[in-house]
Amino acid sequence: MDDGLVRAGRALRAVVLVVLALLFLIPFYLLVRNGLSSEQDITSPEWAFFPRELRWGNVRELFDDPSVPFARSLLNSALIAVATTLGTLLLASLAGYGLARIPYRHANKVFYGILGTLLVPAAVTFVPTFVLVSSLGWVSTLRGLIVPTLFSAFACFVFRQYFLGFPRELEDAAQVDGLGHWRTYWLVVVPNARPVFAAVGTIVFLGAWNSFLWPLVIGQDQNAWTVQVALSSFTTAQVVRLHELFIAAGVSILPLLVVFLCFQRWIVAGVERSGID
Amino acid sequence: MRRRRALWFWVFVGPFAAGLALFTYVPLLWSVGLSFFDAHNTVTPTDFVGLDNYTAMLKDGAFTGSLRTFLVFTAFIVPVTFALSLALALMVNRVRRAQAFFRSVFFLPAACSYVVAALIWKMSIFNGVRFGLANTLLGLFGTDSVAWLSTTHPPWYWLVIVTVRLWLQAGFYMILFLAGLQRIDPVLYEAAAVDGARPGWTVLRHITLPQLRATSVAVLLLLVINAFQAFDEFYNLLSDARGYPPYARPPLVYLYYTALGQGQNLGLGSAGAVILALIIAIVTVGQARWLRLGKSGEE
Repeated sequence: MDDGLVRAGRALRAVVLVVLALLFLIPFYLLVRNGLSSEQDITSPEWAFFPRELRWGNVRELFDDPSVPFARSLLNSALIAVATTLGTLLLASLAGYGLARIPYRHANKVFYGILGTLLVPAAVTFVPTFVLVSSLGWVSTLRGLIVPTLFSAFACFVFRQYFLGFPRELEDAAQVDGLGHWRTYWLVVVPNARPVFAAVGTIVFLGAWNSFLWPLVIGQDQNAWTVQVALSSFTTAQVVRLHELFIAAGVSILPLLVVFLCFQRWIVAGVERSGID
Repeated sequence: MRRRRALWFWVFVGPFAAGLALFTYVPLLWSVGLSFFDAHNTVTPTDFVGLDNYTAMLKDGAFTGSLRTFLVFTAFIVPVTFALSLALALMVNRVRRAQAFFRSVFFLPAACSYVVAALIWKMSIFNGVRFGLANTLLGLFGTDSVAWLSTTHPPWYWLVIVTVRLWLQAGFYMILFLAGLQRIDPVLYEAAAVDGARPGWTVLRHITLPQLRATSVAVLLLLVINAFQAFDEFYNLLSDARGYPPYARPPLVYLYYTALGQGQNLGLGSAGAVILALIIAIVTVGQARWLRLGKSGEE
């Protein structure tokens, strides 16, 4: 084997990777650069890689702007993402455990009934679900934004697969100690299943924070806007204050970047064990 | 005893199953019902119209056009994302130093929403004015500026739409491929080396790709399902205060405007949703059958 050729190949790969990495990072850079520029700098006829000055005051300006309910939309998004994550974890983990571990004659039928809903993507059911939610009078309420999204067949499926492979000895020991299903679940199973909770939790949190179609449909009133809907309404508005728009977008991804960087390991683990292969 | 087990089963599974039934099965059935009625602005209509909504929908050029848009979009995005994410995985997998760094960089956009990504694409990279990033680069080569999002001949807007999704999603599928690559038994590669197979193309074709089959099938399925759901980037890239241009309208965007736009025609929108749900179910099941998903490695 030609040593030089191998080395050349390796160098080529390194170059390609570095170039691709830069391409992948540029959009993030643009977000920060535009967010901290003045409006004139963004639209200056000469494109400059570095802005002439960094204007941290843009952040304060964004929150002071009375025409934009940005702080409110951030709060809404935070409430929705946290509630959705906790609710989904609770409901889906209980169901996944029941399906995997409590023998019941019709368990398989129930399981296929749940699995079948994965065939109908949530995005297609937004019209019928809107019909239901509006007849409940939940349009423009946090309830309407949170409750219908709590029942994730995907999360339930991941928990079921995980609990199927869970060591039975722990539960057996708990049974010998006289714990029922309920206490076994809370005292023995949950503490030993933290990785899957973290993985599903981060995936659900990212999804809830970033979701757009459902909040757009339900959040008809400005008070019920999520941060994504607020951002979108700026981009489609007639008059746009560009620097404000970009700093708003930057602020909107900050919580996610924190979650993402802290929990990246769990997301990877969760994606890998999502039972899709 | 059996009764008690059934009771406990429903204590655990019941709340979830009930919610899923209420927020998935009930809306679906309701929607099927509504699709047979003339339902403007109301969810309890009285005017039964039979299959009229369905025939109207299937005759509507805008709706069938939206299905065609989806087909074109899928034909673009599925192979391109597949190839890019596989290439990224192969390269990152063989990198010795800074592997975690490259993996993170390519995966990082997955934390971004379509709304934010569309904003960067629409207002900064492909904003169509001379000082936009893409046009500045073109300017360096002496080429004229392109109005990216409003140029339909040639359809430059596709470049914008496809690259947004590529940036957001390639890293996610790369992770799936990386997981698949790490499961391949190194013994296979050693055996190939003993047999004189040269590393590179031969090994890739005869060992790596066949071993990645299960992952590839899953990735393909996810890519197609996700393409069907495309809404966020189309809406955020193409609509503005004046509305949405008639081109590049995927089915969900069309349904959004039909059912929740000015007319609030819920009957028609429901018929469209039912048609779309059927198409997706058929395609997914067909694809799974065709790729023989679940025949290997399932319990």
